[in-house]
Amino acid sequence: MEQVFGRPKALSEKRLHYCPGCTHGIIHRLVAEAIDDLGIQDKTIGVAPVGCAVLAYDYFNLDFQQAAHGRAPAVATGIKRVLPDRFVFTYQGDGDLASIGMAEIVHAAARGEKITVIFINNAIYGMTGGQMAPTSLPGQKTTTSPYGRDINTVGYPIRVAEMLTTLDGPAYISRVSVHDPKHINKAKEAIRKAFEVQIQGLGFSLVEVLSTCPTNWGLSPREALKWLEENMIPYYPLGVFKSPEEVSKVGA
Amino acid sequence: MAKVIFDSERCKGCELCVSVCPRGIIRMSNTLNSQGYHSAEVVEQDKCISCAFCARICPDTVIEVYRETKGKVS
Repeated sequence: MEQVFGRPKALSEKRLHYCPGCTHGIIHRLVAEAIDDLGIQDKTIGVAPVGCAVLAYDYFNLDFQQAAHGRAPAVATGIKRVLPDRFVFTYQGDGDLASIGMAEIVHAAARGEKITVIFINNAIYGMTGGQMAPTSLPGQKTTTSPYGRDINTVGYPIRVAEMLTTLDGPAYISRVSVHDPKHINKAKEAIRKAFEVQIQGLGFSLVEVLSTCPTNWGLSPREALKWLEENMIPYYPLGVFKSPEEVSKVGA
Repeated sequence: MAKVIFDSERCKGCELCVSVCPRGIIRMSNTLNSQGYHSAEVVEQDKCISCAFCARICPDTVIEVYRETKGKVS
């Protein structure tokens, strides 16, 4: 018998505190698998956010730094500039990256910092109890939009990947989802590509991963994956928005 | 020998593995683990095709998957 699937080395044995069916666990594993595949475990430094993934440093067998809310890209910038031979990534949710941390992510991307950002978008604030996020969909019911998100008073959700793609700094930007095994494999490829961009020193890379929050969406884990597929993907289309080939064309 | 091994103590009973198994052989145990969840299990190991869909979608890395080594080297 040969092993087809097991725990990646970069993922620690510690049990995850996430709710049952939360896709954070899948994405943690994909990041660890990508790091294993590239053989960069000893040279990788992660930056943890504030949010449900605040304890991410316990879950990886990697060096980690905890950042203040939303400031992970600024902290990663500092680490990467001081230690340019290390591979630095941030792991941030939508409340962290797209709300309080919007300035930091936009400017890190605009500066073309050679870091990798794993951006988890589940259209809601998870840790604090299911409040409306900048990414909550029009009409989506949350604890702070009990009648559904009203775009006339609170405006529209932000498509972070597309917005950052308009900047010249980023080298690689894509959006993936983890709602079924096929898309999970594609998400892993995207995360590995983002790290490869950093290894080659090509510039800023970001992968937006559509994720679920069964608890705060009020759905079972299986229903949540279906809700993601049917509601989030139409608003947040999957795909590669910017890749190193495009970057090289711009420079030509 | 088992092709798919569940670390039942880590399982939170989310049933995502059940939803993706192409052979429909994963079921939830009648007993509770120490966290208080009904953990997933496979009894009919011989029906498993080692596709690892269950392991890929499992958020808690509960599952290890094995496949029989082929007799000939391809």
